Amino acid sequence: MEVSIASYIMLSAVLFILGAMGVLLRRNAILVFMSVELMLNAANLALVAFARHWGQTDGHLFVFFVITVAAAEVAVGLALIVAIFRTKKSINIDDLHELQG
Amino acid sequence: MIEINAQSIAFAILAVLTLGGGLGVVLNRNLFRGAIWLMVSLFGVAGIFVLLSAPFLAAVQVLVYIGAIAILITFAVMLTRSMTNLGERFVRRTAGIVVAVLLFFFILLGTILPVWGVDGTRYDDVSAPAENVATTRELGVALVDGNQFVLPFEVASLLLTAAMIGAIVIAREDEE
Amino acid sequence: MDCSSVVVCDLLRSGGMDPGLAMFIALLLGVVLVTTIPLVTVIFLIWVERKVAARIQDRLGPNRVGPFGLLQTFADMIKLITKENITPANADRVVYNFAPLLSVVSVVLIWAVIPFTPYHIGTDLEIGALYIVAVASLGTLAIMTAGWASNNKYALLGAFRVVAQLVSYEVPLVFALLVPIMLAGSMGMQDIVYAQAGMWFFFMVPLSAVLLFIASHAETGRGPFDLIEAESEIIAGFNIEYSGMKFGMFFAAEFIHVFTNAVLMAVFFFGGWWGPGALDAPLLALLYLGLKSAVIYFIYLWVRNTFPRVRIDQLLDLNWKFFVPLSIVNVLVVAFVLKILQELQIAVPLNASTNFLATIPMTVVLLLVNVAMTYALIAWLRNRGAKARQVDLANQHEDIVVAGAAGD
Repeated sequence: MEVSIASYIMLSAVLFILGAMGVLLRRNAILVFMSVELMLNAANLALVAFARHWGQTDGHLFVFFVITVAAAEVAVGLALIVAIFRTKKSINIDDLHELQG
Repeated sequence: MIEINAQSIAFAILAVLTLGGGLGVVLNRNLFRGAIWLMVSLFGVAGIFVLLSAPFLAAVQVLVYIGAIAILITFAVMLTRSMTNLGERFVRRTAGIVVAVLLFFFILLGTILPVWGVDGTRYDDVSAPAENVATTRELGVALVDGNQFVLPFEVASLLLTAAMIGAIVIAREDEE
Repeated sequence: MDCSSVVVCDLLRSGGMDPGLAMFIALLLGVVLVTTIPLVTVIFLIWVERKVAARIQDRLGPNRVGPFGLLQTFADMIKLITKENITPANADRVVYNFAPLLSVVSVVLIWAVIPFTPYHIGTDLEIGALYIVAVASLGTLAIMTAGWASNNKYALLGAFRVVAQLVSYEVPLVFALLVPIMLAGSMGMQDIVYAQAGMWFFFMVPLSAVLLFIASHAETGRGPFDLIEAESEIIAGFNIEYSGMKFGMFFAAEFIHVFTNAVLMAVFFFGGWWGPGALDAPLLALLYLGLKSAVIYFIYLWVRNTFPRVRIDQLLDLNWKFFVPLSIVNVLVVAFVLKILQELQIAVPLNASTNFLATIPMTVVLLLVNVAMTYALIAWLRNRGAKARQVDLANQHEDIVVAGAAGD
């Protein structure tokens, strides 16, 4: 009758992999950022699916906190990216290796 | 097998939205388009939350992710305008793709094995989902209940305040 | 939902249709009905707005097409539809054409949870109020993508302003909404209406109503907050490149948004459809809601047409240094007072059977607290204003002295 939990978990896994590929393959800091958001969303999806399966609130609460942390992360992360862009005129991750030995 | 009914059709559409948006983020050549694709994907996830009877989270997802996070990302894209059009799509092509494909199969195996079982028995239809659905009221109570999530809730508030102050300090131009 | 409780569904099923399909068609018809209401209303809203604006500016307004110029909007619509739809050569084609659609959709979606009568509501979501805030935030997206995709400097400036303005004013908007939600103890729209059976929330927490009014006015991007378009600064901003019906859609979305805000104000603070006899006669309930919304809509128009536009820095200062702290303090104080009232058993549970007299004690206390807060606010503002004027005066004096010295 209902779509089984397996389908949701599968969807979550594929979404996570897409995000991971984005982080690995792209070099623009903002794109990497977006890919991280995709991975967070994949995790959220899995958590909500589990919460639905067991009929408990804990999964929902975890998602709630993940969203909070994501918001905080974006606020600081994007401020950093824009600040870096101002000084270095680039947000290509490979260009930013000042601290390398 | 999955039946064709309203729910499975909705799931299929939302899954296509989510994954299509995800692909758009990973494959695009234009950052602004990428941000739009990200919103498509996030919207798909919000829809799936509704399917999973979590309307509160769906609304929060739209409000926070699409209404704030995605818009902030778009804002950052606009501020870094000279970087919007990307000449090359991927770096370290071969190495990256090999790693990505390996990871893909690794995680896919990790998800598929428990579902289909190692010895050929499927587990996905063993147990039906629970009858009772978590309500928004339960969620709210759990957040302020001294025995449950009140400490994480406070810490999260602190984190948000710290992040806000941090963002202002970083973005602030140096004053003479 | 049960098929037998829906008239259309029952009718279709008696004709031998599959119950599932009949239900689907019935639901689809409901969706079409709910979305049509704002889209039809907007035709007359445009006429009302033009008439009111004309009267305020001592003009006659449209009076040629039809009686009292009522058909003017139809003439305009025909004109807009027959105009050429231009897409700039270097615009982001897909996004550019999608943005007007999104702007209308984001507003029309709100109507899904608006309670028209006790028995007629698109869907009475448990999280109605949150849904409204979530869906309305899509409008920001529409305007911003429009500004970017047009590939025009003025449009981009408009887009920047959109983010600054709309995202900022969402904060006091949400905080102001929290107060009626707190009083009603529910985010469901019908629950909020029922909670005002004894007393309108406006009389308990007028400060929140004013905050919501101002914040929602800023969200629609109209004067005095029309910096997004600001004809004299960035020549129409985000919709500079749009023509024909694509422009028409942004235009319509703005009008629907204002009216939707008026309806929401009526629902959150003025009892929605509640009135004498509303429970027995749904039509009467609809009339009550319409009347309340119309009065509030008129105030929106009044404000729009009488205040001069603020500057962008004033706009953001006003929000972050004034409205945001004020709305947070407001929520805290109301929550605190409400809790005390509940502990002292002065506050009564608010629901459909609450008596008007029973709500008077808590209303008086809450109102007094609100008045005290407003008085403190005004005193503080007056003080600050006086100091600023003194500093100004001192500077001027200095200037005169310096000028006089230079003249010697």
